[in-house]
This record gives sequence, structure tokens and C-alpha cells, in this order.
Amino acid sequence: MNIPQDLLYTKEHEWIKIEGNKGKVGITDYAQSALGDVTFVELPEVGQKVKQFEPFASVESVKSVSDVYAPMSGTVVEANERLEQSPELINQSPYEEGWIATIEIANLAERENLLTPEAYKRYLEEEA
Amino acid sequence: MDGYKTPLYERHLQLKAKIAPFAGWLMPIQYTSILEEHRWTRTQCSLFDTCHMGEILISGSLNESGLDKVVTMNLKDLPIGRCAYGFMLNERGGIIDDLIVYKLAEDKWMLVVNAGPLEKDVAHLKKHIKTGLKNVSSETAKLDLQGPFSREILKQWVTSKGLDKLKYYHFSHFPLLGKQTLISRTGYTGELGFEFYVPASKAEDLWELFLSDKRVKPAGLGARDTLRLEMGYPLYGQDLTEDTTPLEAGLSRFVDFNKDFIGKDALLKQKKVGITKRLVGFVADTRRAPRHGYKIWADNQEVGLITSGSFAPSLGKGIGMGYVNTEYAKAGQQIVIGDGRVEIKAVIAKRPFYKGGSLHIG
Repeated sequence: MNIPQDLLYTKEHEWIKIEGNKGKVGITDYAQSALGDVTFVELPEVGQKVKQFEPFASVESVKSVSDVYAPMSGTVVEANERLEQSPELINQSPYEEGWIATIEIANLAERENLLTPEAYKRYLEEEA
Repeated sequence: MDGYKTPLYERHLQLKAKIAPFAGWLMPIQYTSILEEHRWTRTQCSLFDTCHMGEILISGSLNESGLDKVVTMNLKDLPIGRCAYGFMLNERGGIIDDLIVYKLAEDKWMLVVNAGPLEKDVAHLKKHIKTGLKNVSSETAKLDLQGPFSREILKQWVTSKGLDKLKYYHFSHFPLLGKQTLISRTGYTGELGFEFYVPASKAEDLWELFLSDKRVKPAGLGARDTLRLEMGYPLYGQDLTEDTTPLEAGLSRFVDFNKDFIGKDALLKQKKVGITKRLVGFVADTRRAPRHGYKIWADNQEVGLITSGSFAPSLGKGIGMGYVNTEYAKAGQQIVIGDGRVEIKAVIAKRPFYKGGSLHIG
């Protein structure tokens, strides 16, 4: 399972890449693998306010519908519109081309509530 | 996870299949990807483990056995070597199960039934069959080879010319792995395909033989579901239940009203009074999938319920089936589908949704 070092993680299997006061968000390699083929992504609206650990998007696979939880609070400034026609990017490239949205982070201190790559790896091992 | 295991369970684990419970069985849902397995079946050839399904042998002529009264299809005119699709009904005309009857000889029949209702099927049959009845499900393995290249691939092992002549819903015995094997030209995918019935002890050998040709790939129940749904084939337990009748399901062509059968009076009455709900298919205007249990709305009122739904890989859109009030059961009817949170626009459409299948080639 691929767990990049430069990201922070949630227990619901989202990742966030923090750059300045912005954070790019997606779901993890583990999540995409567990879901199977992603067939539809409900993207958040640009301008939408999101709260840490509350659902702000959803991902559908052939067999399931899953909420995507915001790793941090803030405002959506960009959504990955390529996913509308090519949701399979989430399976093919969960950490790069399959990103879901970029958030303007309201409170950087919330990063303390997230898992480091090491902690997320341990969490996955415990889950299994 | 608890459940019955088919004779191929260990093979599925070796292939790293995702396993999930289905009708009490631990079944492979996918090996690599549902979408890939779906496309491979539509364009090449896939192998399915369907050992979970039930097989029941009945000996005795049609009238002696009482079989004719328990099922709805016309068996009187069915020649040996043919199979027929139909239903077992309760007294209310509700569907106990949908099944395929194989006429093996004038006095020998095989019933192929669903895994979930197997036990109640056997109980129901025992009440009404007056001659020999044997549930051979656990000693019988069933494998399905499905896809436009299935016949070409099968020919390397089944060299009889009879294979080319085997028509849709016909079956015969062919030498395979050194034994006479029942092969029928049937399936649940909409593609050219065959179903094989072998002793459970031979299941692994046959599985390995088929997979020895690299053009054949295993496919799980996930793809089986999207394939059947694109064809508009109903699934027992979802689209058909004891609370739905063949008339409501739009399947009265599989009911022979010229004979006597359990549930006939109820169906005749329903015919006279008229049905109030009907099974329809619909296509969404988005990739988002209608899901089992979502409600159907039209003219700002609730008019029905979804019984099956999925993303349709061949269409690139959501599709589904469900029961709607009869006045809305017409092609072209606009509907809205949802569960309070999700809202999907769709239009009622004729089935099959996917029309490019190789089912009837030759």
C-alpha cells in the first residue's frame, strides 16, 4: 500500500497535502483499492465551506456509495473537474491526478488532529 | 466471514479475489476489477464460478411427477435437449423462484434454481412432486463460460461438430476431460456462452482447463450483476420475490395459461382486475448509479421503488429496474430517483439496455 511521506491522513482514509494555507485533498491508495472501480464522484462546489471530519464529497463504485470527509476545515477553492468524466483517475492515481479538491485552510492548528504517514500505516495494520 | 464454500473457493483465494457473502455463500465478487471483468466478458471470454446455484433432479413423466403443475412454463411441447425458463409460484401467484428446467429424457428433468431460495424450493417441490426427487446441488458443480469468443475457445476441448449446432437454450452431452459432460447454451450475461454441469470433484480440473487458455479470464459476481442488469434480466430476491407476480414483472410470456399450475387462479384474477405496479427499466442522465431501495418519483409524487441499480459499464450511465405504479410504466416517462440525499434524473426505457450482445450468434 502506497503511503507518501509528504501527506497527512485521516482515519476515514483521506489525505491532505498542505502547501502554505492551502491543502489538496483526496482519498488514499488503500481507500481506492477497497472501493474498487470508482464510477462517479460527487464534487464539492467551489466556495463551499467544509468542516474537519465532516462529509463534503462522495465517491461511488460499482458496489457502494462512500462519503469523503474533509481532513481540515476551510473553503473549497478548486474541485478536480476531470473526475466528472474520468472518475477512474482515483483508482489509477489516488495521490496525483485523482485529487478531489483544494481547500483554503481556516485553521492550520487542525493538522494536529491528523495522522502522520507512520501513524496511518500503523492504523492500517491494526485495521487489518 | 461465515458461509458455504464452492469447490473452487481455494482457487479464488489463490487468484486474490475479493470474497463476500452472497445468499449464504462466500463468493468471489471480483478478481481484478469489476469494470475490466465486465468488458472482458463483452469482448472476449470470461469464466464464472456458479456452483452456488441449485440443481434438482426429478424422475417421472410430466403428468405422473406433478412437475407440470409446479412450474409455469410450457413443458408439454418441450423436446429432449431443450431448456425452458419459468417460475414456481405460490397460491397468490407470487414468485417462489425463477428457474430453468432441462428435459433430460421423457421421464427425467433437471431444475436449476437460485442459491438463496434453494431450501424453500426443495420443500415446495417435495410437497407436490409425486415421483423421485433428488437435490444434487452439493455434488454438482456449475461453471459458466461467457463471451463472444467462448465457442471458438471451447472448440479446442470439445471437438464435436454438435457444438456449432447447439442453439440458444439447447443442451447436449459432450466429451470433456474424458467424461460425458452436460453443456447448455445458456447464461446470464447477454453474450454467447455455455454452462457446464460436472461432479463437484471435477470442478477444479475444469476451472484450470478453461484458464489454461489466456484468452479466458475469471470474472466475479460483481461483473455478473452489471452484465445481467445491462440486459434487463431480473435477479431473484431483488426484482422478483414472493410478493411480485410474473404479470407485475412483465414476464407473462414464461407462463403457459393453457395448462393448470399453482398460482394460476391468482394470476387470472390479477389479469381481470389489472395490475397496480409493474417492473420497468430506466436509464439515468448521469454516471451516478440508482441503488436498490431508492424511491422513484414522477409528477412530484412517489410512484415506485428501485429493486436493482448500478453503473452500466457499456453505457457509461446509471441504469436500474424497479416497480412503478402502472400509469407511469411507459417508455419515455421522465422520473426522478433518490433517497432523500441523492437525486438522479432518469427516463423509463425498453430493455435490454445493452443491445450489442453476441447472445444469438449462430
